[in-house]
Formats: sequence, C-alpha cells, structure tokens
Amino acid sequence: MTFDLDLIISFLPDIVRALGVTILLWIAGSILGIILGFVIAVLRRYGSRTVDLALLAPVELIRGTPFLVQVFLLYYGGPFIGLSLDSITAGLLGLTIYGAAYYSELWRSGFIAIPKGHIEAAQCVGLNRRQTLRRIILPEMTMLLLPSMVNMTILMLKETAILSIISVPELTLAVSALGTKYYAFVEGFAILALVYWALVEACSAMGRYAESRLSKYRFAAT
Amino acid sequence: MTDTPAIKVEKLVKRFGKNTVLDGIDLIVPRGQVTCLIGPSGSGKSTLLRCIALLEEANEGFIEIDGEPLGFSSGDFGERNRLPAAQTRKVRSRIGMVFQQFNLWPHMTALGNVAEALVTVRGMARKDAEERAMAQLSNVGLRERAGHYPSELSGGQQQRVAIARALALDPGIMLFDEPTSSLDPELTGEVLNVMRDLAQSGMTMLVVTHEIGFAASVGSKIVFLDHGKKIVEGKPDEVFGKPRHERIEQFLDTYLDRGAATLL
Repeated sequence: MTFDLDLIISFLPDIVRALGVTILLWIAGSILGIILGFVIAVLRRYGSRTVDLALLAPVELIRGTPFLVQVFLLYYGGPFIGLSLDSITAGLLGLTIYGAAYYSELWRSGFIAIPKGHIEAAQCVGLNRRQTLRRIILPEMTMLLLPSMVNMTILMLKETAILSIISVPELTLAVSALGTKYYAFVEGFAILALVYWALVEACSAMGRYAESRLSKYRFAAT
Repeated sequence: MTDTPAIKVEKLVKRFGKNTVLDGIDLIVPRGQVTCLIGPSGSGKSTLLRCIALLEEANEGFIEIDGEPLGFSSGDFGERNRLPAAQTRKVRSRIGMVFQQFNLWPHMTALGNVAEALVTVRGMARKDAEERAMAQLSNVGLRERAGHYPSELSGGQQQRVAIARALALDPGIMLFDEPTSSLDPELTGEVLNVMRDLAQSGMTMLVVTHEIGFAASVGSKIVFLDHGKKIVEGKPDEVFGKPRHERIEQFLDTYLDRGAATLL
C-alpha cells in the first residue's frame, strides 16, 4: 500500500463540495445553537422556576448523551413520531440542539459572571430590563465569553463528522467513501485531519483577533 | 413647598432573612445640603441608601422624594400600597447614585458611559448626548479622558466619570455609597474635591462615608447609625464636638490613627 496523493487530487472537486457542506453545517449549526442557547439561558434566568426546571431536563439530557446517539435517534427514530427529515435537515437540527445545550450553559455562566453592580448602575440611570440586557449585559458577556465560545465552536466543527453516520454528504463521509472504494484510508484520513485542523486554526485565529480587539474593554481594576 | 424635605424616610424596616438591618429608621434630608451617614460596618447605612435608590425594597415604612412617595404610598390605615412602575420610575429619576465600586460599564468609553442613559432612556440624539456628556466630564476635570475606557483610567478618574454619569441626568438629589472606600488615599482627594464642588453648587447630597474629615467639614448634618438604628443626629459640631455621645466616642477612637482626629 502506497501513499497515493494523486487519488485524492483526482477526487478534489468531490472533496471540496463535501467540505462546503461541512462548513455550511458548521456555521449554520453554530449560529443557530448560539441563538437558541441564548434564548434558553434567558428563559431559565428570567422565567419562572417551572420554566427553569422544564429547560434544565433537556439541556442535561443532551449534555449527558453522545452526539452520535442523538443524531442516530433523530434521523432513524424520528419517523416513528412523525418526524421524517432528510439527512441534511436532520443533521442541522441535531447540531443546533446539541450546540444550544452547551451554548446555553456558556451564556448562563456569563450571566453569573457579570458584576451585579454594573446592572444596578444601569437600573439607577433608568435603563429598563430589556435595555440593560441589550446595552450592558450582552456586550459584557460577549467579551467575557469569547474564548469559551470559540472553544465550543471548534468542538462543533469536529462534531459535524458524526453526521456521516446518517449519510449527510459532508467531508468525513466523502473521504471515507473514497477509502472504502479505493482502499485509500490513510491518504483520506490524513487529508481529513489536515483539513479539520486548518479550519480549527482559522477559527482560533479569528477568535484571537477578536479578543485582541476587545482587550481594552476588559474589566477595570477597582 | 420649600419646607418639603428632599428625602423623607419614615419608620423604614429592612430585613435580610432573620437579620434586621434597618430597625425603624426616620430620616430627613434637607434640600440643598449635604447629609452624611456614618457608622460602623453593618450599621445599615449602605442598606438605607440602597433602599432610597430602590436597589433594595424595604419591608416596612415609607420613603418620600420631594414629597412624592417612592415605591409605596401610605393608605388610610397606614398600610403600604405598591405604586405603579411608571410613577416609581418618575420619582426615581430625580435621584443619582454613585457606588463604592464605581460600576462603570467596561465596554464603553468614559464619554459612552456618561452619554448612555441620555440616548437610551431620554431618547436624545447621540451627538447631543455626547455634547452634554462632554460638558459633564469637563466639570469633573476629565475632558481629555473622554475617549478612554474604564480599564485605562485610575480609580479616582473612574469614580469621577461615575459622578458625571449620574449628574448628566440632572438629578435633584445625589446619593453616594462610600464613594472613596475602594480608592488609595492619594486618589481619595480628587473625588472628595469634586463632591465638595458639587456641595457648594447647592446639590442635595446624601453621603455614606468613612471619611469623617469630609463629613465634618462638608456635611451640614451628620446621622450616626448603629445596628440599624439612628443613634445621634445633628450638625457636625453637635455630633463631633464635646461632650460626645458615648457610642460616637468609641467610633471616633477607631479613626484616631487615620488622621481624622486632628480635624475634630
């Protein structure tokens, strides 16, 4: 068995197409997860105790089970409860729900980390709850949570590989199909590792850039 | 109307669980004067201030601002009726608050901190709000620091920005909660000077402070609290002059090593 790069190059258009699906699902899933996670965190914080508990259960369930199992149940189990989704939709939905559970916990930690005094100061100058959330809490949290948000988003990229089990035509599926067909596993998975790593590095670099831009907003010493 | 005090507190009780922090406080804050609340830690002075700023809700009693009830009105039988939120917001907007920890918003410049409520709450155009904010920053001597973020300012500068932020909304009353307690002695002076100027301009001020020197020289009225009760109240020379109340005597002893004794 040789390390046959020509094989990979000849299938490059297919690989690039699959990479497109991966990136699209990753970005869409992360953005939707961040938004849904925020909604969950806000409901848990400002809603009644019942709402908090009602949302705690699904969040814990998602965090407590492997993504692979969730995706499998959603795609193959969905039809039993009348939820027949094509693989890409199921993949995106699964990724969003999975991400939302983790992102909601990050948002929650952000709410806790903001000094109470900053919110009291907003109250004292007359900002109402919504204005305080939009003008004070959200920007402060963005600054506080950026490193952990980037970290979670990196994990989201790697979780897209799991979607190959429900035959989402993403990168891992495309490359492992090549492997099976031409018995070129090493080449394929080496390329996979490199591509995921490159994407992760790009994402981290963007995060570092944003962090450096935000550094002057850091909390002041008192 | 001229006789209506700026703040009137009646039989205020505040409990945290089983702990009674304010035990039936009566307080009059006259208009255009500086009233200083002093007392040992845990005496309830900060809690009293926070109740007046509505950051805490008292369990019993009433607060009036310029003769208008704050938060609750008194019914025919002395029962408390909660007032509509709009009314409470209106009364509360006459009060400016300055915190021990400054509490500037870290993602906004000094100018942004001062202009924020003018834009978001008062609906002013950003440009007009910043013009007014700039004037306030000039008043506290920070015009050239307007573009700095809180993390780029010293504690004293941050506190002066916080004072400008409160003043920008044109409050009739300013509350100060230990405004210099988290500052180095060197930076305390610049904040106290701003407060002194403010007092001279005729602002009604209620100041919780450990700066006995400031209280004695700027305060027109001193209120000494201990264990949630008002122990002594009067003009500085009545409270600090001899013969002193026994509890004041003990309290002042703890300040001897802080240089305050020479003032008294």
